[in-house]
Amino acid sequence: MAAVTDTLMPSGSLPRQRLDRDDLVKRGLMVVISLYLIVSLAAPLYVMLSKSFSTYSFDLTRYEFQVSDAAGHFGQTTTAAVLNDRLSVLTRDKLATNADGRLAATSFFPDFSFRSPVKYRIRGTTDDAAYLIGSDLHRGTEWQELDSNTFRRVALRSARSTGIGNYVSYFSTPTLFRSIENSLFIAVISTALTVGIAFGFAYAISRSCMRFKGVFRLIAMAPILVPSLLPGIALIYLFGNQGMIRDVLFGASIYGPLGIIIGSVFFTFPHALIIISTALAISDQRHYEAAASLRASKWRTFWTVTIPGARFGLISAAFVVFTLVITDFGLPKVIGGQYNVLAVDIYKQVIGQQNFEMGAVVSVILLVPALAAFLVDRLVQKKQVALLSARSVPYAPKPNRKFDRLCLGWCSLVAAFIIGILLVCQLAALVKFWPYDLTPSLKNFAFNHMDGGGWGSYKNSIQLSGLTAIFGTIIVFTGAYMVEKTEGFWKGRAVFHFLAMLPMAVPGLVLGLAYIFFFNNPANPLHPIYGTMAILVICTITHFYTVGHLTALTALKQIDGEFESVASSLKQPFYKLFARVTVPVCLPAILDISIYLFVNAMTTVSAVVFIYSTDTALASVAVLNMDDAGDIAPAAAMGMMIFYTNVVARLVHAFLSRAVLSRTQAWRSRG
Amino acid sequence: MNTHKSVALAALAFTLLSSAAYAETQLTVYTAFEAVDLQRYADTFNADHPDIKINWVRDSTGVMTAKLLAEKDNPQADVVWGVAASSLLMLKGEGMLEPYAPAGVEKLDPKFVDSSTPPSWVGMDAYVAAICYNTVEAKKLGLTPPKSWKDLTKPEYKDHIVMPNPASSGTGFLDVSAWLQLFGEKDAWAFMDGLHKNISSYTHSGSKPCKMAGAGETVIGVSFEFPGAKAKSAGAPIDIIFPEEGSGWEAEAGAIIAGTPKLDAAKVLMDWSISKKANEMYNVGYAVLAMPGVAKPVENLPPDVASKMIKNDFEWAASNRNAILKEWSTRYDSKSEPKS
Amino acid sequence: MAPSSNPAYLQISNLWKAFGEFHALKDVSLDIKEGEFVCFLGPSGCGKTTLLRAVAGLDLQSRGTIRQGGRDISTLPPSKRDYGIVFQSYALFPNLTIAKNIAFGLENTKRPKAEIEARVKELLALVGLPDQANKYPSQLSGGQQQRIALARAIAISPGLLLLDEPLSALDAKVRVHLRHEIKELQRKLGVTTIMVTHDQEEALSMADRIVVMNHGVIEQVGTPTEIYRHPKTLFVADFIGETNKLQARATNKNGVAFGTGELRCAPHSFDADQPVIAAIRPEDVIPHETGFKSGEAHNLIDVVIGEMEFLGSFWRTRLRGKKLGDEVLFADFSINAARRLGLAEGGFLTVELPAERLLVFPQGGDHGSGH
Repeated sequence: MAAVTDTLMPSGSLPRQRLDRDDLVKRGLMVVISLYLIVSLAAPLYVMLSKSFSTYSFDLTRYEFQVSDAAGHFGQTTTAAVLNDRLSVLTRDKLATNADGRLAATSFFPDFSFRSPVKYRIRGTTDDAAYLIGSDLHRGTEWQELDSNTFRRVALRSARSTGIGNYVSYFSTPTLFRSIENSLFIAVISTALTVGIAFGFAYAISRSCMRFKGVFRLIAMAPILVPSLLPGIALIYLFGNQGMIRDVLFGASIYGPLGIIIGSVFFTFPHALIIISTALAISDQRHYEAAASLRASKWRTFWTVTIPGARFGLISAAFVVFTLVITDFGLPKVIGGQYNVLAVDIYKQVIGQQNFEMGAVVSVILLVPALAAFLVDRLVQKKQVALLSARSVPYAPKPNRKFDRLCLGWCSLVAAFIIGILLVCQLAALVKFWPYDLTPSLKNFAFNHMDGGGWGSYKNSIQLSGLTAIFGTIIVFTGAYMVEKTEGFWKGRAVFHFLAMLPMAVPGLVLGLAYIFFFNNPANPLHPIYGTMAILVICTITHFYTVGHLTALTALKQIDGEFESVASSLKQPFYKLFARVTVPVCLPAILDISIYLFVNAMTTVSAVVFIYSTDTALASVAVLNMDDAGDIAPAAAMGMMIFYTNVVARLVHAFLSRAVLSRTQAWRSRG
Repeated sequence: MNTHKSVALAALAFTLLSSAAYAETQLTVYTAFEAVDLQRYADTFNADHPDIKINWVRDSTGVMTAKLLAEKDNPQADVVWGVAASSLLMLKGEGMLEPYAPAGVEKLDPKFVDSSTPPSWVGMDAYVAAICYNTVEAKKLGLTPPKSWKDLTKPEYKDHIVMPNPASSGTGFLDVSAWLQLFGEKDAWAFMDGLHKNISSYTHSGSKPCKMAGAGETVIGVSFEFPGAKAKSAGAPIDIIFPEEGSGWEAEAGAIIAGTPKLDAAKVLMDWSISKKANEMYNVGYAVLAMPGVAKPVENLPPDVASKMIKNDFEWAASNRNAILKEWSTRYDSKSEPKS
Repeated sequence: MAPSSNPAYLQISNLWKAFGEFHALKDVSLDIKEGEFVCFLGPSGCGKTTLLRAVAGLDLQSRGTIRQGGRDISTLPPSKRDYGIVFQSYALFPNLTIAKNIAFGLENTKRPKAEIEARVKELLALVGLPDQANKYPSQLSGGQQQRIALARAIAISPGLLLLDEPLSALDAKVRVHLRHEIKELQRKLGVTTIMVTHDQEEALSMADRIVVMNHGVIEQVGTPTEIYRHPKTLFVADFIGETNKLQARATNKNGVAFGTGELRCAPHSFDADQPVIAAIRPEDVIPHETGFKSGEAHNLIDVVIGEMEFLGSFWRTRLRGKKLGDEVLFADFSINAARRLGLAEGGFLTVELPAERLLVFPQGGDHGSGH
C-alpha cells in the first residue's frame, strides 16, 4: 500500500464547491451589508476626499474689458489676465480663493476713479464666467457697459478647479497649522492622564480587597451616559469666572487647554477603564505565585509582572483615548476658549465661513492621526489575543489593610470627581439664574423657549436612539454572523471585515461632513433621505458600527464552530439555525450591542451636527446649540435629561437581560 | 385678492391630482428667527392666509447659510424668511434669489431693501450691536462702564471682554465690518489690536457674549441688543450700552428662492411679511423695524435704538468678507494662545 | 485486503489537499465498502481530519474525486451530500432540549409531528437515554451528550456516518464504555461509518479496517490484527502498540546483526551489510526458562536486566546484552513469569527474539519505504 508519495500534485485548477441556496443567501446578505457600509461610509469618505481637492480660484482669462475715453469711444479688448501680467496686481497664489471669492475688477485699472466720465465694458469669454455687478450675478459673453461709478462695484467670481491648492493654503496658514499642534498636545496629555487614572482605578478594583467595588464600577461608567460636552458645562460652573470653586485654579483660566483636558479625562475615563480592566482581569495568578516564590518585592512584581501583563491593554486604551480626544468636538467648543483644535476648525470652516472645501481638508488631516492610532491598535490587539491562555488561573487578591485603604481613597477621589461633575450640572439646571438668583426653578427645562429644537429634539433623540438600537443591532449582528460563519469566500469576508472595522478610525465630525457632500447631491439617488431621520439613523449606526461588530464577533466565536456543519449535514437551512440557536445563544451580546447603540445615539454630537434638520433636531445637538447661544443652564438641563434617559435605558437593559437570561437561557445553568 | 384666488385654484388642482387631500399650499421656509417666535409668526400669518401652511426649517444664521449654500444646486426651500441680510446677499451672489418687489415695499426704509430693482430681498427688522455690561461684577472689580467702542481698549478692561469670533459668527463679522466702516481701515485695525489685548475669549455665537455677561462669566459682552434685553428680563444684572460712535447692525430679511414651484404662495408670504401687521408682530422682540413709524419701545431697550445704527454697506461687507476675515485671523487667531 | 467483487460505497481517488505550500493530503486513494466501520488513525497533523472533512464537503480537496454510492460528490456542498456527523465537541445546540436537538434534522421534512416525536423516542431508546428528552445538553454528562449527538446524526438515516474524534473529550472509563456502544449501534444499523481518531486502542477495538495515516499519506490499510501483527512500515509498527527500534545491519535475506551477534528475522529484501532498523514488540520477547533448550538456538541472547518498571499487569524491563551491541531492548514480562523466573535488576537472563516477530525496516525516516 505504501505508495511513493513524493510525486507532485497534478497541475490544474482548484475545484470549486457548488453553492447551495444557503451559501448564496449568506453571500447575498454579506454583499447587501457590504453595500450598506460602502454607501454609508466608503463612498461619503471618497466624496469628501475629492471635495478637499476641489479648489476655487480666479480665472482671469475668462474676463474681457474695454475702456472708453472721456468722449465715450471704446479702445481695444483686453483680458484680465493680460492686464494682470502687465500690472502684476495678483501673484499666482493670490488667485487662489474660496467658493465665495470676489475680486474687484477695478484692481486691474490703477488709474480708476469712480467720478471719471470713462465708461467700462465687461464680458466673459465663456458662458459660465461669473461676475457681480453690485450684488447681482451676471454670466456669459454679452458685453455689459457700465459707468465708472457702477464699475466700481464689479467683482469677479471664483471658478472651480481641482488641485492641492487647499492643502497648500492650509499648511501656509499658521493659525490652522497651530490647531494640529494644539490637538496633539491636548490628546497626548489627556491620554497620559486618563490612562494613568484609569489604570489606578482598574488596579484597585482587580487587585485589592477594598469595599464598594460594585458601586465604584457603576459610577465609573456614568460618563458614557452623557454627551462629551457636558463636563465642559460643569467645569464652567465650577471654575468659570463665576465658578463655585474657581479660586482653586489660582487665577488660571478654565477656558482653554486646562478645561479641555479635565473634560476629556472625564468622558474618556470609562472607555480606558473597560479596556484596562479586561487586560488586568486576564493576568495569571500563577505569575504572581512564581514572583512570590522568587521573593520578588511588591514593587518589582508590579513592574515585572503586572505592567508587562497589562501592556497591550494600556497601549490599546491609550490609542482609544487619544482618538476620542483628538476627534472630539463638543468639549473644545464649549470650554476651549480661543484654543483652536482641529475638530472645532472643521466646524468653524463649515458653519462659520461656509468653506466646505477647507472643512474637507481639515477632516482629511484629522483622519490621519485617527487612522494611525487605529492601525497601531489593531496590531496590538492581535498580539493581546495570543497572551490569553486557556489554563490561566484568575488572580485572587488577598487583603492588605494599608493597600486596600489606599485603593479605596483613589477610587473615592475618582468617583467624587465623576459624581461632582454630574451633580454640578444637575444643580445648575435647577437654579433660576446662576449666580444672581439661586431660587430653585424648572424654568431651564422649558426647552421650547430656547434654541436647539425644544422638547421635540429630546423626542427625536429617543426616536433616533430606538431606531439605531433596533436596526443597528440587526445589521451589525447579521453582518458579523455572515463574516464569522460563512465558509470560503475569503476575499469577500476580508473586505467586509475591513469595512466593518473602518468606522472606528473615522471621526464622527468627518463622517457627518462626508454625509453632506455625499447625500446632499441631487444627482445621488439617495438624496431624498437627506434631512430625514433615516440619514441620522444610518449615520449613527455606521459611526458606532465597529464596537458592535466586535462584540458580536466575540459572542459568535464562543459558539461551537461546528453548528453550521451539523445543520447543513442535517440539511437544515442556515436561517433556521440562526433563528433557533445562534440568536438565542447570543442574546446577551445582542442586548449589549443595542444598549451600546442606544446610549451612543443619545449622546453623539459630532457625527450628526452637520446633518440634522429642524424636524430632526436632537437633544445632544440642542445641548451644544443652547450652550452656543449662551443658554448654559438649559444646556446642562438637557444634558441631564440625556443622562437620566440613558440611566433608564440601562436599567431596562439590565432588567431585560436578567429576564432573558432566566427565561431563554435556563440551559446555561447546570440542573 | 387675485393671488389669493390663484393660490386656491392651484391648491384645488393639487388636491385633485394628489390622493393626499391637502386644501392648502405648503411652503418650506428656512429661517433663523428665534425658536420661540416661530409659532406666533406662523399663527399670525395664518390668521390672514389660512390656506398657506408654513413648514419651518430653523437653525442659527451660520448653519442656515451653510445649509442654503450647500443646497445651491438643488434648493429645498421655497422662501427664506428671517435670515441675515448679508447671508441673503451671498445667496444673491450665487444667483439663488428670485427678484420680487413685494406689495408695499415702497413704505419700507430703503436701507432694509435690496438695492437692485426689483429687489432680491427685503428686510423685516434689525438687530443692533450693543455692549452688555454686568453691573454687579463691574462694581466688584471697580470698573466704570464704557461709553464708546474706543473705551473698550482701556487697560482696566483687560480680560473682562468677550466678543464673538467674526470667523464663525455673523454678529462678530458685523461688529468688525462696522468698525472698519466707522473708523476707516487703519484706525479700525489699530482699535482691534487694542481690543484684542482685553478680550478674554471669542465665542462662536453672537448672543453668547451677552449671556455670559448676564451670568457674570464676563463683565463686558460685545453682542447685540436683543439677547441683552432678554437676559435683563430674566434677571441678569446688566446694562445695555450703545456706544456713542454708533453701532453696526444686521437686518433680518426675507427672499424667494429662485426656481420654487410655489412662486405664487411665496409672493403672498413676502407681501405679508412686510405688512404693517407683520411689523407689529416683529416689534414684540425687535426695537428696530423696516417700516418706519410702527415701532413701539421694547422692554429694557431705549426708544431710539434706530438712531444708533450706522449706515451699513452690506455690499461692501460681502465683497470684502474674505479679505477681512483673513486679516483678522492672521492678526488675532494665530496669537490666541491660552492665558494661563 | 483483497478487492471485493461489489463496488465500494465510498471511493476516494487521488485526493490532494494543499494549504499554500503545505500538503495535508498527498494523492490519497481509498475504497470503503457499504456497512464497513473504518478508522482513520494517525498522529495529529497526519491529514486524517482533513480527509474526513473532504468527505463531508466541509474542506474542499485541491485535487481528486470522491464518489459515494456511485454518485460523484466531489464538489457538492455539505447539504447536498448524504451523511450524519458527530464532532469531538458534541456541537449540541445548548438552548434546545435533547428532544429538539434530535428532532432538528427531522423538521422541515413534511413529516407529521407525531412521527417526529416517535422517531425521537426511538432514537433516545436506541442510545440508551429514554428519559432525558426534556433536559438541556448542559444537564447531561459528556458521554450522554455524545450519545445525543450520535442520535441526532443518525436521525435522518444517513448513508454515511462521520465521527470526528467523538470520544477524545471524554473520561477514560466513559470512553471505553462508549466505544462498545457505538460499535454495537453501528452494527445494528449497518451504516457505513468513518471515525477519525488518534487513539490506537480505540481504532483497534472498533474498526473493521484501520487506515493509518502519516504526513498526508496512507501508510497502511488493514484489519486491526493485520495492522498490529504485520505493520508494513516502521511508522505503523511504532505508532500502533510499542516496538523496539534497534540499529542493525542486514546480513542475508532473513538475518540481521547487532554489534557482534547475528539473529534470524522475518524475510526482507535488503542487501547484506545495509544498515537497517530491526523492530520487535516488547511483549514478543520470550524469556527463556532455566533448563529449557530451544531447537533453534539462533535467536537466543543472553542479557543483563537493567531497570525494571512495574506497570500494573506486567513488568517492563531494560535488557542489555553483548549480542545487542549498544542497543537497549525493552521487554514486557507478565507478573507470573517475573516471579517464576525470579527477575531482578542486575540479574541475568536468556531471551528469545522469535524470528517471525523480528521485523526489518530501512533506516532513516519514520516513513517505511518513503523518503
